[in-house]
Amino acid sequence: MALLQISEPGQSPNPHERRVAVGIDLGTTHSLVAAVRNGVAECLPDGQGRVLLPSVVRYLAGGGRQIGYAAQENLAMDAENTITSVKRFMGRSLGDVVGADKLPYRFADNAGMLGIHTVVGEKSPVEVSAEILATLRYLAEDTFNSDLYGAVITVPAYFDDAQRQATKDAAQLAGINVLRLISEPTAAAIAYGLDNAVEGVYAIYDLGGGTFDISILRLTQGVFEVVATGGDSALGGDDYDHALADWVLAQTGVLAVSPADKAALKVAARACKESLTSAKVAPFAAHLSGGVLQFEVEQSQFYAATAALTARTIAAVRKAMRDAKLTVQDVQGVVMVGGCTRMPQVQDAVAQFFGRAPLTNLNPDEVVALGASVQANQLAGNNAAGDLLLLDVIPLSLGVETMGGLVERIVPRNQTIPTAMAQDFTTYKDGQTALALHVVQGERDMVSDCRSLARFELRGIPPMAAGAARIRVTFTVDADGLLSVSALEQVSGVEARIDVKPSYGLGDDQIAQMLKDSFSTAEADMRARALIEARVDADRLVMATQTALQADGDLLDAQERSNIDLAMQALLQAKSGDDAAKIESVSKSLAQATEAFAAMRMNRGIASALAGKNIAAL
Amino acid sequence: MNLQSNDFELFGLAQRFEQDRAVLDAKWKELQREAHPDKFTAQGAAAQRVAMQWSVRINEAYQRLKDPLKRAAYLCELGGAPVNAHSNTAMPTHFLMQQMEWREALEDASSAQALETLRQNVEHSKQELLNQCAQFLDVQGNRSAAVQPVRELMFIEKFALDLDRAFDKFE
Repeated sequence: MALLQISEPGQSPNPHERRVAVGIDLGTTHSLVAAVRNGVAECLPDGQGRVLLPSVVRYLAGGGRQIGYAAQENLAMDAENTITSVKRFMGRSLGDVVGADKLPYRFADNAGMLGIHTVVGEKSPVEVSAEILATLRYLAEDTFNSDLYGAVITVPAYFDDAQRQATKDAAQLAGINVLRLISEPTAAAIAYGLDNAVEGVYAIYDLGGGTFDISILRLTQGVFEVVATGGDSALGGDDYDHALADWVLAQTGVLAVSPADKAALKVAARACKESLTSAKVAPFAAHLSGGVLQFEVEQSQFYAATAALTARTIAAVRKAMRDAKLTVQDVQGVVMVGGCTRMPQVQDAVAQFFGRAPLTNLNPDEVVALGASVQANQLAGNNAAGDLLLLDVIPLSLGVETMGGLVERIVPRNQTIPTAMAQDFTTYKDGQTALALHVVQGERDMVSDCRSLARFELRGIPPMAAGAARIRVTFTVDADGLLSVSALEQVSGVEARIDVKPSYGLGDDQIAQMLKDSFSTAEADMRARALIEARVDADRLVMATQTALQADGDLLDAQERSNIDLAMQALLQAKSGDDAAKIESVSKSLAQATEAFAAMRMNRGIASALAGKNIAAL
Repeated sequence: MNLQSNDFELFGLAQRFEQDRAVLDAKWKELQREAHPDKFTAQGAAAQRVAMQWSVRINEAYQRLKDPLKRAAYLCELGGAPVNAHSNTAMPTHFLMQQMEWREALEDASSAQALETLRQNVEHSKQELLNQCAQFLDVQGNRSAAVQPVRELMFIEKFALDLDRAFDKFE
């Protein structure tokens, strides 16, 4: 039984207080933030009771910006500076974006990731996404009247490494501590599975504004195991809008060239598409520079114009089922996620493939954020009794380029993460002293058909005969699905490693600067807050260190023990002063002094827990 | 137990070829419940790194244990009879003949039905070799003798992958 703990006014907060942790669905068309309150996951409404924030950012001359509804209202009026569907540009270069010519933006064709020219200069998709994330962060902080401890942010299951890394960078830029990136369909499965206490194999069909995912999950006693995933990170409701607009233009012979016309067509197409969800006929009306475009669209015409898109989703479903080595008879239910699954032709196609009606009893817009908030709550340590465990997979194979532009796969798709896999390579020339590694992601056999993630070199290999060197290349994919690569020449011990970061030129320093520029609060406030935070953190650290020493002090030799004791004394002393920076730096020293100890304790803890499991099973 | 423990020790299982897949799956999830980095998100970067090492190790062991071919090869290796698939490629003539026949059948297949017939043939051969592995490894306790069927299975596995891909043509 839990007892309510009430601290005296003015006293330092209880170290066991609840941490504010949220789930964020950073969507193509709209974004949401959700949190677990009193044991129930719910989406957080803004001041006007709305939970959906349109993922739209408008940059104003003079440096201001509008985010959400205010930006959306000005979409047709100021198309060039009003960025919609920015998610489609995350981690993408201009060449990757299909139909860029139909968009009202002036793009910068930067290596790695494109940029968008606005009235206040060039903006990267990471910056635009950070604006949306920061808005959600403020909403959460206002709702709870407290700082945010951290967030679980969802990404399409089919996002590759560059897209995931860009999302994480955007969160960092918005000042959000990312507890974990999780896949959107997995988040939806958590919300659905926990709500309905289901067990067995479920398919999650997630058609969002700009991305399509299919995930096959096995649910057993709180474990959500992704068996296989597939999809298309450039296929979504936006494409249905474009297909409809193109069809109408072809029927009427009207042209749309200016940014304002392109934006007006998009708005008209979306409205028409949404009407056709229930109506047999709907108007397509757009005010274009050449006059008013007015046209009647029948439901069947809309279905025909978009049939190829729906078929593409079903092809991806078939492939994922094959990867999972399962048949439709094995599937207990199909959960529909994403606003676009409201389209009747999509529901019909899914029902036909699986031979059963899909489950549509959850709000398809909210379910992803809700599931993410449940995971955030547990990761923050608010739900000690929680036994939720996610075992997700990597969506796309990872490999390196070998001779002749071929891909040697090192981590196959649908591997459970975290994972580390290695492959041995050798030199092909006598006396070769360096090896260039080109890291790629994708399913095709040729490097040119895959996404290039990083290039790095292993230098200083001692000269040997061709084929004598043994170079072990290890790919490590962490629980966020992010890759790091290391190479080790085993005869000489020469080593090189790289955290794979997309090459769009945002270094950690730049991110820190942008953070300071755009999201800092008043300086005096900040200083006072920094001191309180530094003291609270110092208290926590000292308390945690003392507890650790009591429990596992025997792991340390006398020298190690005295180093930790000294660092702890220094921190207690610094804490009584009022220099926040000093407290922080001494805290850091203590953290450093205890790092190896923490690792030893963890090792002991996990080893004994695992051994306990095995004994219990005998 | 430590990170160097072998897969069977890690999973608390006897070093046998025959394993119950349901037990293995349940074990995997139990172990991940204890070691997954998600359990330690509130405890800092050092804890994340250690948890990740364990979690990676558990996944690696699970991948090897759940796949009969990898499990058989691993048992050979643990028993001091490594398969050496790369350096040792000599195969008996009758096996090579059969492989060539299959490759021809794969190239000539003009329907999904033809591929399906081939797939059943391959599956049958695979099952027979797995039975041999079970006989050598579990009944006779002769791990060196299991090396030959394991190597043949590796060829068959590779062929089966190509065969799976060929089905795409007829969809």
